Amino acid sequence: MAQFLQQMVNGLSIGSVYALMAVGYSLVYSIMNFSNFAHGGVIMFGAYFGFFAMTLLKLPFVASFALAFVGTSVLAVVIERVAYKPLRERSAPFLYFIISAMGASIFLENIIIATIGPTFRTYPDVFGRSSISLGSVSIGRLDLIMFVISAVCLTGLVLFIDKTKMGRAIQASAYNMKAAALMGVNTDRVVMIVFALGGLLAGIAGVFFGMKYTVYPQIGNITTKSFVAAVFGGLGSLPGAVLGSVLLGIIETLVAGYLSSQFRDLIAFVILIGVLVFRPTGIMGKTTEDKA
Amino acid sequence: MDAYIEGILMLSGINLIAVLGLSLLTGFAGLFSFGHAGFMAIGAYSAAICTKLLGLPFFAGIAAAAAVAAGVSWLIGRATLKLKGDYFCIATLGFGEAIRLILDNFQGLGGARGWPGIPPHTTLLNILILDVIGVVLLANLVRSRHGRNMIAVREEELAAKVAGIDTFRYKMLALVISAAYAGVAGALLGHYMTFIQPKMFSMVKSTELTIIVIFGGLGSISGSVLGAVVLTFLPELLRAVDKWRLVVYGLAVIGIMIGRPRGLMGGFELTPKSIRAHFARRREERAIKAGQAAEDEAFSGGEDGKGGL
Repeated sequence: MAQFLQQMVNGLSIGSVYALMAVGYSLVYSIMNFSNFAHGGVIMFGAYFGFFAMTLLKLPFVASFALAFVGTSVLAVVIERVAYKPLRERSAPFLYFIISAMGASIFLENIIIATIGPTFRTYPDVFGRSSISLGSVSIGRLDLIMFVISAVCLTGLVLFIDKTKMGRAIQASAYNMKAAALMGVNTDRVVMIVFALGGLLAGIAGVFFGMKYTVYPQIGNITTKSFVAAVFGGLGSLPGAVLGSVLLGIIETLVAGYLSSQFRDLIAFVILIGVLVFRPTGIMGKTTEDKA
Repeated sequence: MDAYIEGILMLSGINLIAVLGLSLLTGFAGLFSFGHAGFMAIGAYSAAICTKLLGLPFFAGIAAAAAVAAGVSWLIGRATLKLKGDYFCIATLGFGEAIRLILDNFQGLGGARGWPGIPPHTTLLNILILDVIGVVLLANLVRSRHGRNMIAVREEELAAKVAGIDTFRYKMLALVISAAYAGVAGALLGHYMTFIQPKMFSMVKSTELTIIVIFGGLGSISGSVLGAVVLTFLPELLRAVDKWRLVVYGLAVIGIMIGRPRGLMGGFELTPKSIRAHFARRREERAIKAGQAAEDEAFSGGEDGKGGL
C-alpha cells in the first residue's frame, strides 16, 4: 500500500508537468484547429534557456525560470508570425499548417544540434536530493515544487480564460473564429496571446523536464506524450488535457513500478490506440468535431 | 561503377520506393504521417525473419514485408481514418515511436544493439526493377478513377463525400499501399546494409521522407523521383556542412509552405508528353506575342497591350 501511494505521488508530479505541455498544445488546437507539432521544440528551448541562464549567466533559480518562460513565450509568438500567419491569412488547408509546424520543429531541434551540440547536460542541483516524508510516503522536493507550480499555473490559466475579457475572446474564437471577428474580437491578437500562453507553459515544462532528467536536443519528443494525453482527455478540451495528463502520468509510473520500466514509454501508445478505438472523443470531449 | 557512387545510387533507389508510397499518401490523398519509418522497420524486420531465420528466397521476404506493413497500417487506419486528420497524425507519431521501442526491447531480434548477419541480397538491379515497378504502378493508380477519387478527398473531403466517394475507403487504400511501399523499402534497406537496428527507423527518418515528398512537390510522382535522387545525393556532396542540413531543410519546408506550397514540381508531371506540350505552349506564346506586337504597331494607342488571360 505504501508503495502504491508512493507511485501515485510520483505519477501526480510528472502528470502535472505533462498537463502544462498538453494544455498549451490544446489551447492552440482549440483556436487554430490544427496540432502544433512545433510545441516540442519550444519546450526544448525552455529547457536550454533555463539551463544557460543558470550556468552561463549564473542567475538565481527564480530569475532563470522567468527568463525561460518569457523566452519561450516570445519564441512561440515568433514561430506563429513566421510559419503560420501567412498560411492563416490565405486560409490554407490544414495539411499546410501541419507541414509548416513540422518544418519549425525540425529547425528548432537542429539549430540547437548545429550550434550547441547534441550533448546531454545536467542542471545544477537547486533543490537538493532531500525529500519530505509524509507518513510512509516521501516526496522529492523537486517533485513537490513541480506539482505546486504546475497547479498554480493551470489555476491561473483557468482564471484568465474564465474571468478576463481576453479570456472570453479566446473562448469565443475557439467556438467560432469568424463570428468572433465579426463581433469585434481582434482574432489576430487572440492567436498571438494563445501562442504566448502556450509558449509560457511550455517554457515552465521545459525547465522542469530539464531539472528532473537532463537537457538534450531531442527532449521535445516528450511532447508526444502530451499529444497522447490531450487525445486521452479529449482533443481541444482544457480540463480534458489536464485530466488526461495526470492519468497518463500515474499510469506510467504504476507501469514502471509494477511491470517494467521499459514498458513505461510504450503504455502511452497502448492508451492512445485504446482511446482511438473505443472512445475517440476522449474522456471529456463531446464529439470529434467539437472544440473547447 | 565506383562502389561509393553505386552505394549512394542504391540508397536513393531505396529511399525512392518509400518516398513514392508517402507521395501517394500525402501528395495525393492529403494525409500526413509521422511514422513511415515505422512501416520501414516492420518491413525490414519481417523480410529479415523470412530470409535469415526461415531461409526463404529474397522475393518472398519482400512480399512478406509489404504484406505485414500493409496489414499493420490497415489496423491503424481502422482506428483513426474515420476521425479528423489530427488523430491520424498523432496515431502515426505514436506508432512510429512504439515500433522502435518494441524492437528495442525485443531481444530475440537483437534488441537495441541491432541485428547483424542479414544476407546481402539487395543489388542495384533489383532496386531498379522495383523502382520501375513502383513508379509504373503508382502512375497508373493516380490516373485511374481511384486516383482521382483520392485527389478529390485531398482537395475537399466534404464535397467528395457528397459526390458519392467513400472517403474512408480511399484514405485507407492510400494508407495501405503507401505502407506496403515503405515495407518494401525497409526490406531492401535491411538486405543492403546486412544489419538493422531500431535506431535506423527513428522519427528523423520519417520526417526526412516527408521532406523529400514536399520538396519534390505534393501530387507529383516525377517530383518525388527527382526529390529522392537529389536529396540523397546532396548530403553526400555537402558532408562538410552536414549538421546544418536539417536546419536548412526545416526553414525550407516552412518557406515552401508559405511561398510555393506545391513544391518543386507540384501538380506537374515530367513525361515525354508534358515536355512536348510545354515546348508547344512556349512556341504558341511566342507566336501570339509576335502577332500582338504586329497588331500593336498597326493600332498604336488602341487597346490594352496585355495578351489574353
